[in-house]
Amino acid sequence: MATKTVEFQVTRNPEAGMDFRPAAGPIAPVEPDLDSEHMLINIGPQHPATHGVLRLVCELDGETVVRVIPHIGYLHSSFEKLGEYRHWNQIVPLTDRMDYLAPLIYNCAFAMAVEKLMGIEVTERCKVVRVICMEMDRIFSHLLWLGTTAIDIGAFTPFLYAFQQREKIYRLHEAYTGARITTSATRIGGMMADLPEGWTDGLKAFLDDFPKTLDEIDRLLTTNAIHIGRTQGVGAISAEDAVNYGFTGPNLRASGVPYDVRKDRPYYDYETYDFEVPIGEHGDCYDRYLVRMEEMRQSVRILRQALERLPDGPINVEDPHISLPDKTDCMSDMESMIHHFKLITDGIPAPPGDCYFPVEGSKGELGMYLVSDGGPKPVRWRVRPPSFVNLSVIPKLAEGHMVSDLIVINASLDIVLGEIDR
Amino acid sequence: MSDQQKNPFEIVERGPAFSDRLEVAPPPAGGAEDAHPSVAALRERFPDAVRRAEVSAGDQHVVYVDPDANLEVLGFLKTDDAHHYDLLVDVTAVDYGGGLPLQVVYQLWSIPHRRALRVKCELPLERLHIRSVTGLWNSANWLEREVFDLFGITFEGHPDLRRILMPENYAEGHPLRKDFPLRGRFSRAEQTRRALSQDPKDYYIPEELEVGGAPSLPEALRPRTLEDGSEG
Repeated sequence: MATKTVEFQVTRNPEAGMDFRPAAGPIAPVEPDLDSEHMLINIGPQHPATHGVLRLVCELDGETVVRVIPHIGYLHSSFEKLGEYRHWNQIVPLTDRMDYLAPLIYNCAFAMAVEKLMGIEVTERCKVVRVICMEMDRIFSHLLWLGTTAIDIGAFTPFLYAFQQREKIYRLHEAYTGARITTSATRIGGMMADLPEGWTDGLKAFLDDFPKTLDEIDRLLTTNAIHIGRTQGVGAISAEDAVNYGFTGPNLRASGVPYDVRKDRPYYDYETYDFEVPIGEHGDCYDRYLVRMEEMRQSVRILRQALERLPDGPINVEDPHISLPDKTDCMSDMESMIHHFKLITDGIPAPPGDCYFPVEGSKGELGMYLVSDGGPKPVRWRVRPPSFVNLSVIPKLAEGHMVSDLIVINASLDIVLGEIDR
Repeated sequence: MSDQQKNPFEIVERGPAFSDRLEVAPPPAGGAEDAHPSVAALRERFPDAVRRAEVSAGDQHVVYVDPDANLEVLGFLKTDDAHHYDLLVDVTAVDYGGGLPLQVVYQLWSIPHRRALRVKCELPLERLHIRSVTGLWNSANWLEREVFDLFGITFEGHPDLRRILMPENYAEGHPLRKDFPLRGRFSRAEQTRRALSQDPKDYYIPEELEVGGAPSLPEALRPRTLEDGSEG
């Protein structure tokens, strides 16, 4: 029978007296053949560290993960099926319920895909407003990721700092769309409303304030020994594997692959904005952290440029077959009222065909694939879910790591279950 | 219009309505489909497998491929240096309803060449299986499982073809098919009854229970984890 001897090195408890010595000696007999049996444990679906209703069944050898089998679908709402029964504009509220951490990106991505299918060119002002919305929500989503990942590792303060800043974006959401999470801000051919007066000042104030907080969190985490110890070398994946497994977004870039939809398939004049795409080197959790931190800084840069170039003019396309007329016009003008009635009851017909439109979401490449038969409703509406594909890699990433590392790996992937299950 | 107003759920029971413009083909692009280098190369290399090509939404190239040749065509697109579609962005399916074949859609993206291509395979309703591409791209694993779950298309050679979003013992069929009614095939009462009487064993898949060393569990715990399921 093997025995283990452990000596504790602890600071002396002043109440224990001068001659107190911590107990030293054999603590428990260790069975030599204990390691031959694997254990099955179940994490989730109601577990705060799974970041949603995700269930991971782990096969463990001691504390080492031999295999992870993820189970998803607890939040399945069949949004894609529901979309087949709705007009194009009626689908917009479904999109923000998928990724409730970055709702405006989903709203914009859907509207952009439909406009691509219909061949609608939105106004310049609308383009810049949507860029503002999307970059703001990239920060919004990354901040949640930052806070919750930090708390998974054991750092409580960055969580509070991040959520304080998130609250400001919530207020901006509310000021613009009337809702904090379920924004539903876009319409085919424009936005549901123009930016309210003074809104850009609020965003400017946020942009002045936010980098300071980010620097503070940076100081707390980037060179923190515990944070480095928990994340460096954990969950590493090579560039080749990352592409093969379908990683996109910050997770892919942390492995050193410079693929960013904003740069590679630019939309909304992203090629004219001055920003950089951060690239990692090792593909581990620490590099994913660094990439996301830098992305937030780059988003601030883009937002500043967008606010500078925000042009005046109409926000919706001036086509009565696409955009709803003014409410005041509806009350006084017969033609506007007819257009309003027809648009609401009949919807906007799209030409037959299909269209895949990707944008750079906060989690990765977010693609909207639409199939139309010429009617006002889609035959098929498919969302290419970035975190669904990213999560499918977790069995490979977690293999051979400890259970506590599995939590860190899961956090570092930045998943949102609403979009995984749809 | 008036009969719809009588029963508001009738549209739900009937399934989605198709517009009568389904047969209208997209406008011919005038030979532009061969402007895509990969489409031209595919026509040259697989003259029998490539059925047709089209341009959709202005600039998106689509190739229709014989489903029996999907692995060869996609393998060529992935490994050939001139094309090198290393990122399989998406695998999905489209059901047009009305007895039309189901389409399996592969969205490809080449990171080095910055080029996109959409490959479609049309499967007749009586033969809903196609070879899996998990051997080429690992990202196809969950995406194909999802297509299997929601459309009922079998992927031959897939390492782990189980339902993914719907529960393992879901008995109502494949929800995204057009013949599947929006509210499900069973009545609400039946759906509730099934949900409540679920066998806790279904929470685990067989291979997990094997791993768990279930026979080696203490006798007192075994009925709890395996039969009663209160620890499930």
